[in-house]
Amino acid sequence: MWLTNSSIGRKVVMSVTGLFLILFLTFHALMNAVSLISFDAYEAVCEFLGANWYALVGTAVLAAGFVIHIIYAFWLTLQNRKARGTDRYEVSARPKTVEWASQNMLVLGIIVLCFLLLHLFHFWAKMQLPEIMGEAPLRGKEALELAFSQVWVLPVYLIGFVAIWFHITHGFWSAFQSLGAANEKWIERFKCIGWWWATCVMALFAIEACYFTWFFAF
Amino acid sequence: MEETINKTAQPVIDSKIPEGPIAEKWTNYKAHQKLVNPANKRRLDIIVVGTGLAGASAAATLGEMGFNVLNFCIQDSPRRAHSIAAQGGINAAKNYQNDGDSIYRLFYDTVKGGDYRAREANVYRLAEVSNNIIDQCVAQGVPCAREYGGLLANRSFGGAQVSRTFYAKGQTGQQLLLGAYSSLNRQIQAGKVKSYNRYEMHDVVIVDGRARGIIAKNLVTGKLERFAAHAMVIATGGYGNTYFLSTNAMGCNCSAAMACYRKGAMFANPAYVQIHPTCIPVHGDKQSKLTLMSESLRNDGRIWVPKDIEDAKRLQAGEIKGSDIPEDKRDYYLERRYPAFGNLVPRDVASRAAKERCDKGYGVNNTGLAVFLDFSEAINRLGIDVIRQRYGNLFDMYEEITDVNPGELANEIDGEKYYNPMMIFPAIHYTMGGIWVDYELQTSVKGLFAIGECNFSDHGANRLGASALMQGLADGYFVLPYTIQNYLSDQITVPHFSTDLPEFEEAEKRVQANLDNLMSIGGKRSVDSIHKELGHIMWEYVGMGRTKEGLQTALTKLKELRHEFETNLFIPGTQEGMNVELDKAFRLRDFITMGELIAHDALNRNESCGGHFREEYQTEEGEAKRDDENYFYVACWKYNGDDETAPTLIKEPLHYEAIKVQTRNYKN
Amino acid sequence: MEKNISFKLKVWRQKSPKAQGQFVTYDVNDIPTDTSFLEMLDIVNEQLIEKGEEPIVFDHDCREGICGMCSLYVNGHPHGPATGATTCQLYMRRFNDGDTITVEPWRSAAFPVIKDLMVNRNAFDQIQQAGGYVSFNTGGAQDANAIPISKVAADEAMDSASCIGCGACVAACKNGSAMLFVSAKVSQFALLPQGRAEAKKRVKAMLSKMDELGFGNCTNTGACAAECPKNIKLSNISRLNREFLGAKCSD
Repeated sequence: MWLTNSSIGRKVVMSVTGLFLILFLTFHALMNAVSLISFDAYEAVCEFLGANWYALVGTAVLAAGFVIHIIYAFWLTLQNRKARGTDRYEVSARPKTVEWASQNMLVLGIIVLCFLLLHLFHFWAKMQLPEIMGEAPLRGKEALELAFSQVWVLPVYLIGFVAIWFHITHGFWSAFQSLGAANEKWIERFKCIGWWWATCVMALFAIEACYFTWFFAF
Repeated sequence: MEETINKTAQPVIDSKIPEGPIAEKWTNYKAHQKLVNPANKRRLDIIVVGTGLAGASAAATLGEMGFNVLNFCIQDSPRRAHSIAAQGGINAAKNYQNDGDSIYRLFYDTVKGGDYRAREANVYRLAEVSNNIIDQCVAQGVPCAREYGGLLANRSFGGAQVSRTFYAKGQTGQQLLLGAYSSLNRQIQAGKVKSYNRYEMHDVVIVDGRARGIIAKNLVTGKLERFAAHAMVIATGGYGNTYFLSTNAMGCNCSAAMACYRKGAMFANPAYVQIHPTCIPVHGDKQSKLTLMSESLRNDGRIWVPKDIEDAKRLQAGEIKGSDIPEDKRDYYLERRYPAFGNLVPRDVASRAAKERCDKGYGVNNTGLAVFLDFSEAINRLGIDVIRQRYGNLFDMYEEITDVNPGELANEIDGEKYYNPMMIFPAIHYTMGGIWVDYELQTSVKGLFAIGECNFSDHGANRLGASALMQGLADGYFVLPYTIQNYLSDQITVPHFSTDLPEFEEAEKRVQANLDNLMSIGGKRSVDSIHKELGHIMWEYVGMGRTKEGLQTALTKLKELRHEFETNLFIPGTQEGMNVELDKAFRLRDFITMGELIAHDALNRNESCGGHFREEYQTEEGEAKRDDENYFYVACWKYNGDDETAPTLIKEPLHYEAIKVQTRNYKN
Repeated sequence: MEKNISFKLKVWRQKSPKAQGQFVTYDVNDIPTDTSFLEMLDIVNEQLIEKGEEPIVFDHDCREGICGMCSLYVNGHPHGPATGATTCQLYMRRFNDGDTITVEPWRSAAFPVIKDLMVNRNAFDQIQQAGGYVSFNTGGAQDANAIPISKVAADEAMDSASCIGCGACVAACKNGSAMLFVSAKVSQFALLPQGRAEAKKRVKAMLSKMDELGFGNCTNTGACAAECPKNIKLSNISRLNREFLGAKCSD
């Protein structure tokens, strides 16, 4: 199967799952934004995404996206380290045009993964999971309050957002490059779009997290 | 060893030129030559040494035809051969520009450019197949330069009045070589060509008077290996590095050619060495190599020195720069001396003119050995953008090396803008002489063929720009694959050779003894220090301006140098594994022999023609003076058993039927 | 202006492919700044030979930036700190008096060290042999002007074809990927009508050979293009991906 056997196939898997996750984050940020306007409306969104069959299917697909993206990331990194050979360079320098993020995607990814686990513990484990288990879930606002009433959560989340921002600024255009959609002009355009996209989405998340902390902790 | 030589090389010259009018000779030849049928081709092995344009194209084509080919190169990949460095372009008589070009005109220009010392029939064939080469390369996917309409573009080059040069940016050699390399790769993949990289041929093995194999050294392991075949092709380039400083790659050497020479292949016209006019001048004694600036620069660049000797002196002292000298104080000496061709005169003429000015004291750098190549007029006329588009990469290259940007505005005098000029000086570039071959490209040893720069055949005493690529590919794609069959047709019953034959045994022993000998000298001097000394002797006495006394001095000095080499050489390390110094020493020994050969030939040729200029033989205006009555021949040199004995001269008289021999004229 | 500089040269020395290598530091004095980097190594080698030691082995040939033979990872950059130039086109005026200059071989599993700074790049030849050609036999070509090719396509193909196969892209890539090298050849042929006929076969063959030889996966860091001495563009890799996906989708 060329999606596992060939290097370009593996890149395609990374890029497709990556783009899917970026899309998910975008929706996530927009749905959270509802709470900035009205917590009642936010509850409706939470209910909509409860243990309904469509939400469950969505969650499963989303989880698969994450898992595949992460497994491939580790797999590719192992292969790439092997390809690098046993001896490392004594001195190495990063050329100006090479983004820092692009050479540290795995590290960024691991930070994001840690953040994700914390985030799942804060919300999914208290909302959708109990519902699936047939127990009473927390309501949206309750879950937010539980998490953000602790002040340390905000800086941890912000660190997570920054990591995701770096991860996406490279991942976004890289995905299009891997899919063969880029050329000399479009590489720059995708970089630009990716930067703005990542900045807008992550800024929205950051505003939301700050708002919740302000609302629930003070 | 002597016995073999006496058996193989007879002093009878048969150039095997086919019958008929010049335009029909090649057609006639092909119509009547013997061929080898496809089933029999599979039974025949051919060794091709070298992977430049000639070697790679020959190996690929022979593989396509069905022969089993063994292909050798000293570099780490066939793609590294020095053909890759050719910048300007490749000639072909396509007449796409509708400027009156034809096969005859290309033929005529080449013979005239070669100062009437080439073999007519060979040159005509070259012009004839030139068109096929372009078709071939375009079909290979070589990205030749094109016009907006989608058709191929041409530029003009020295020595021609038509635009017939096809090019791919300033990297034509690279693209053509990569084209040949791609065809070669296809055959390697198909199993028809076996490629041996980092192998150096050390000797030819002769069995019953025919070339049947080689002893080659695996440069990585340091071990000698034997290879056998039915026929052999040498495509190992020229001997320019005899002069130490040249535009050739560091690895270019003449050892394979010398091995053939020692085994009885005659060496023709070694004195014809081309000195390229547009190289970056020598800057110090630590320099290892000279950098060529493409001849295409002469399309828009104007060559000059100051009119006043005072200005030249101030330039040499570093008090003023070239851009400080106004238009009316400049001597555009090529335009002055050769109004019809101007800056586009052939290379030998341009080089000599530069030397003449510098000898008179008009040189423009601190050593007094440089002239200016100026783009001010072209930049003022066309704008810097157009000029940069044409030569930008060359300007950048020049700036990296010299720290001067030729496209930079440097001065304004009376409203006239002056840009930084380049400094250039002639340097050894190409060798027209080479192993003697007949019309079939076969040397005087049966079954041993020589193609490309390695042979002497097509350029006479001087090669025109963009003709080297043409000859290499013509030989490799379109000539040798035919003519070699004429030789192989009666070899089909000969089985594959064993490398255990006593001839192989003996040859390997000799090669090993030679290497042992080099290792055991145990003197004090490095290979390079002796090579540099060789270069100095060659450039001083056997360079651009030669005299009888100078050449005799050279021969004496070379003899001393050989002694120095044999008694005072030091090679560190062992023969085990890679030993680059040992490999260089092996080549240097042959360079010294080559140097003597050049000097012998130059001394014999009491005339000036093309790349060979004897100061005693010049007109009052300083132009080369040929002696057609006494020297209208190819000088073939036969080895006499050891390196110290002078070789024997054998003459191949030239016969011109299609062209009237006359004095070269680029003035009007 | 030209002057002389002195510096420390820290060089990787390794006797043979299997031997353990190490860095050796040499004091190099009074090198004129108009000396090229390789000429500087020549000078050091002459001094070593004078002392009876073995010279530093490095690949080099044309010394004008076109043969692709020279390599060397100088101060953390393949082909040294200059951009758009090979090591042989690097001049000492780029360095300062008192510097420590670290010289290493290309490091990649697919490019094993032969001796000192010389590596085996045979893998590149193998990739080309897998499909880097147009399949036709000598003599079978039609007239060169029979197929018009737009200047834009021809120029772009030329830019891709400028690759000298030196391996700097692999050396620069933290993943040891040869994508830029493969993409340059695939692009050249993909852009020209002559190469289209077997484009699908070619891209699959060359890529699978590249994977087989142990080169890494591209993660689009762009270090290859940034360090390429011939400025081969990153967009070639995108074209390679496109060609490959197209070929796979039409299987």
